[in-house]
Amino acid sequence: MSVTAPSHARLRARADTLAAPLPPLLAQADQLARTLLMGGHGRRRAGMGEDFWQYRPAQAGDPARAIDWRRSARSDAHFVREKEWQAAQSVHLWVDLSAAMGFTSLKSGLRKSDRAGLLAMALSILLMKGGERVALASLRTPPRLGSVQLTRIAEALSAASDSDYGAPDAADFLPRSRAVFLSDFMGPIEAVEAAVATAADRGITGVLHHILDPAEETFPFQGRTVFTSMGGGMRFETLRARDLKSRYLDRLAARKDRLETLARHAGWRYGCHHTDASAQSALLWLFQAVEGPR
Amino acid sequence: MLVLGPIGFTAPWVLTGLLVLPVLWLLLRAVPPAPIRRRFAGVALLLGLTDETVETDRTPWWLLLLRMCAVAALIVGFSGPVLNPKVTAPATGPLIVVVDGTWADAPIWSARINRLSATLDAASQAQRLVSVVVATDPPLSGGGDQNGATARENEVLQFRAARDWAPLLAGLAPAPYTPVAADFIDALRGVERAETIWLSDGLAYEGRDAMLAALQALGPVSVVQEPRVFTALGPVRRTQAGVTIPVHGLGRGTAASVASSSISVLAYGPDPSGIERVLGQADVPLADGVTPVSFDLPPELRNRVTRFEVADARSAAAVQLADDSLRRREVALISGGRNREELQLLSQLHYLRAAFEGRADVVEGAFGDLIAANPDVIVLADVARLAGSEMADLLDWTRQGGFLLRFAGPRLAASDVARDAEDPLLPVRLRAGGRTIGGAMSWGEPKRLRPFAETSPFYGLPIPDDVTVSAQVMAQPDPDLSARVIATLADGTPLVTRKAVGEGQVVLVHVTANADWSTLPLSGLFVSMLERLTAVTRGDAPEAADLAGQRLRIVQTLDGFGRLSDAGTLPPVAGEDIAGATASRDRPAGLYASESIAVALNVFGPQDRLEPALWPDDVTLLGGAPRHSTPLLPYFLFAALGTLAVDVIASLALTGRLLSVVMFVAVALSGAPKGGQAETLDDAFAFATTGEVTLAHVLTGDPRVDHTAHQGLVGLSRVLASRTSVEPEPPLGVSIETDALDVFPLLYWPVTPQQPLPSADAYAKLNAYMRSGGMILFDTRDGDIAGFGAATPNGTRLQTIARALDIPPLEPVPADHVLTRSFYLLQDFPGRFTGGDLWLEAAPKGAEAAEGMPFRNLNDNVTPVVIGGNDWAAAWAVTDAGRALHPIGSGFGGDRQREIANRFGVNLVMYVLTGNYKSDQVHVPALLERLGQ
Repeated sequence: MSVTAPSHARLRARADTLAAPLPPLLAQADQLARTLLMGGHGRRRAGMGEDFWQYRPAQAGDPARAIDWRRSARSDAHFVREKEWQAAQSVHLWVDLSAAMGFTSLKSGLRKSDRAGLLAMALSILLMKGGERVALASLRTPPRLGSVQLTRIAEALSAASDSDYGAPDAADFLPRSRAVFLSDFMGPIEAVEAAVATAADRGITGVLHHILDPAEETFPFQGRTVFTSMGGGMRFETLRARDLKSRYLDRLAARKDRLETLARHAGWRYGCHHTDASAQSALLWLFQAVEGPR
Repeated sequence: MLVLGPIGFTAPWVLTGLLVLPVLWLLLRAVPPAPIRRRFAGVALLLGLTDETVETDRTPWWLLLLRMCAVAALIVGFSGPVLNPKVTAPATGPLIVVVDGTWADAPIWSARINRLSATLDAASQAQRLVSVVVATDPPLSGGGDQNGATARENEVLQFRAARDWAPLLAGLAPAPYTPVAADFIDALRGVERAETIWLSDGLAYEGRDAMLAALQALGPVSVVQEPRVFTALGPVRRTQAGVTIPVHGLGRGTAASVASSSISVLAYGPDPSGIERVLGQADVPLADGVTPVSFDLPPELRNRVTRFEVADARSAAAVQLADDSLRRREVALISGGRNREELQLLSQLHYLRAAFEGRADVVEGAFGDLIAANPDVIVLADVARLAGSEMADLLDWTRQGGFLLRFAGPRLAASDVARDAEDPLLPVRLRAGGRTIGGAMSWGEPKRLRPFAETSPFYGLPIPDDVTVSAQVMAQPDPDLSARVIATLADGTPLVTRKAVGEGQVVLVHVTANADWSTLPLSGLFVSMLERLTAVTRGDAPEAADLAGQRLRIVQTLDGFGRLSDAGTLPPVAGEDIAGATASRDRPAGLYASESIAVALNVFGPQDRLEPALWPDDVTLLGGAPRHSTPLLPYFLFAALGTLAVDVIASLALTGRLLSVVMFVAVALSGAPKGGQAETLDDAFAFATTGEVTLAHVLTGDPRVDHTAHQGLVGLSRVLASRTSVEPEPPLGVSIETDALDVFPLLYWPVTPQQPLPSADAYAKLNAYMRSGGMILFDTRDGDIAGFGAATPNGTRLQTIARALDIPPLEPVPADHVLTRSFYLLQDFPGRFTGGDLWLEAAPKGAEAAEGMPFRNLNDNVTPVVIGGNDWAAAWAVTDAGRALHPIGSGFGGDRQREIANRFGVNLVMYVLTGNYKSDQVHVPALLERLGQ
């Protein structure tokens, strides 16, 4: 950053401008996350943790100090008090911030990137509430917990990229962690395949969350049209856009199918979400997909 | 001009532009429709797809054809195509153009003039000599030609170049009479050969055939006549209930009459204040022939009617002037004798009643009632004395134009009225006793009447032989006696004397009104004399005999369009000429009047009927509208525009933008019309102000004062919102002229010396506002200099403004007024200034302090005005950020003063909103006592 005229006022003004989208995004995401936050968040199995899970009869090999004497005293057998396994996970988020995500056909002006950012933030809040550590791929930081990390993620999410289409990079992901890819996957599919392959090699499981605008699903165009990509890098001209509709939809379906196959092979999960649908259901699905039992 | 069949081209060379069309075809084919640019994220998926059909790369052939048609239509249109081009064979020789110029032409006079000028244009192109003759106003042979160099010696008609007539056309006007054939034929004298074009008005009139024959002797005659609707009003007749008037119609069956199904006949006359108004209206269905229309007019209105008119007819025949024949004069009969036992034939009033019957409304009764009815004529038959007040009333009535007719009799002869001095209500002094001629004690024969002198109003009336006078009252010979005598006996003694009193007159007939003293009442002369004197008529048009010997002045004339105008100084006309006459150039239609009678000479007489003009076969009848050559340019332009519009839609459809445009238009159309703009504004105003309490201030026009007032109310609104449950909307500045006031509970009115006075409407609104519970706080803003006895400009202005306001008696705020405790307890009411008095509606007298309470029993009414000069708005005013706008006082004292000012504002609003609720506390002991039981 080059501040040529380092006056406080200018610096402050720029900082304000920069910070402006953050509180709404945080607040919005927080609100969305609250709708799913239902008490303690465990692994639903016995393990290391603070909360009571179950009493089970003591078996050979259990250390004596594991026996819950108070429970055992009420019956003849010995019981061991098990606690719920509460282990922190690391989750890597990759949110496509490319220009293509800025497309919208909705009257409300809701872009795909808005929805992706909101889902990413809400998921981060939920996960952190559950004790998980979260990292955003573009930040290139290790997964962390806490509000500082949350703020940094929010900041990074509001920065848009100039490139037409984004490509995930799983090189920095921790082994055996979780990964969440939020994108419209309109770019070259090979980059996604490579990233998923790299991640799967390291034992990373994850979610491919496909975010699409309704117009991309219906292709409501007709007449002579010149289509340009959001960044302006690509250009395609047709004389009768309506004729292209079926073939476009075929290609889109093929892409979805390919992504789903990719996810299945890697042991990942694939979900598709449209920006005109409710964010809450998407978050619910996303959260279950990330946290769900294996 | 190039002529192809029925179409001619004025600019045929433009048609060469059609050669460009093939080039255009090629050009247009090469240019495909413009694409839409769209940003689309899914473009990556589209890459590599190809269009299945390449056909739309070029403009489709039908669209091309459409565009070619548009261009072709433009080219053809600008080449000046004309349908039915006029290619006429030029005629030569002198041309006489005859215009009837009667009242029947008046409704279409401008069209007539246009037609005339078109005829002249044609003649001008043919370079013909033209003479324009208006049949109602032919050139007179006696006048001769002033510039006789060009005209032959005894030729009356002037033939000039057609161009020279054009400036004269504007001066032509239709006449309110029909042409006189003899004059017209006389004017043709000396012309040897000429073709004639006759612009006929379409109605038959006397002498038309003779005129036609005279013209046909000179050359061929063409007649221009178009089917038209004529309407005329016949003479008015009086009926029992009002009047009837025959409406003459002609031409209803033709196509020209489809416009409306009925016509209105209006009766015009002055209202009591002298302004002309429509006194009656009757609608008649359109019909040919004569349709009588009845007007239901009470006598009062009927007497005031001056003319009847067909609405929007613009023709002299559609106007009937009303004259005295329509009026019935009101005659009051008063008799001195109250002897009911006398025989009816001996009654003083019997012959008068008989004479006036059918001619006037006769009223009889007590004197007081009669004079109150304000009759036209009062007849006193042998009444000698009147009570003092009655005499004064009668004199007043006479001075204001009443006609007092007195008859002599035994009582008058026996009394000493007008013996020594002239009585104001008698024309002459009377000698005591009167005289009897031919009686037992006299030596003379009963006297006959001398023929009436020329100066007498009776001049011209024949005197029957059997009229004799045997007794009479005698006039004293006075210097001005001879001037007052209007009828005498054969020996020269006055029989009827008259004098003017103010605007009215007094006439004394020196004999009785019954047959005691003379045989005059038994004769027809008596009736005629009464008619002449009092101008009462039978209701028919006046006969020549009625008007014989009178000279009538022309008061108003009627022009051909049916407009009345003052006659100016036209010479008077002999009465005989008017009676039964028809309007002509010498006797124009209009209103004629002598001093006793008004006669209308109408255009349409009792015998006149509307009949269409019929022309013999050897006359060429030209249709009303000539076969116009129709320029086709507009049609071609319209076709071009139409095809271009279709092209727009087609192009939009091709490029896929049609749907969005249609939706845009639909949205724009559905969004646009939602009631009138003003109405929505008013509604918005009403919604804005009635949703919550809104404080308002009157806009004074001084921006500083208005700003302070507005900010003051902003400050007060904030104080109210923070301290009370009143949470006002942002205050409004209102204009008392335009805004609705009754939605505001309180109006703050800062007074400036330059303030304009409200209009009458605004005053009415303000008064209604104050009566319906609104309150105005007048602030003269001069509390620092105003005081008892000191007049400030603001105070003076307030007095001027308030003069027309309905302001009750005022008093300074009493210490127990509810304003002092409606929210806060206050003793004084400071604003920016302190100490000025605050005035409001005075408490009713006799209010007593309730027992045990410090205030009086005053719980009625909220004062409509509060008047003071402490400039409260300045004390309340805050900036939008909440800081005080004006400094008040100094230091802590100033803050305190501002606080008290705010409290006054709170109290005031509370007082306005809750009324005297706090004042009801006087009843608290009583209420408690009742609850305790």
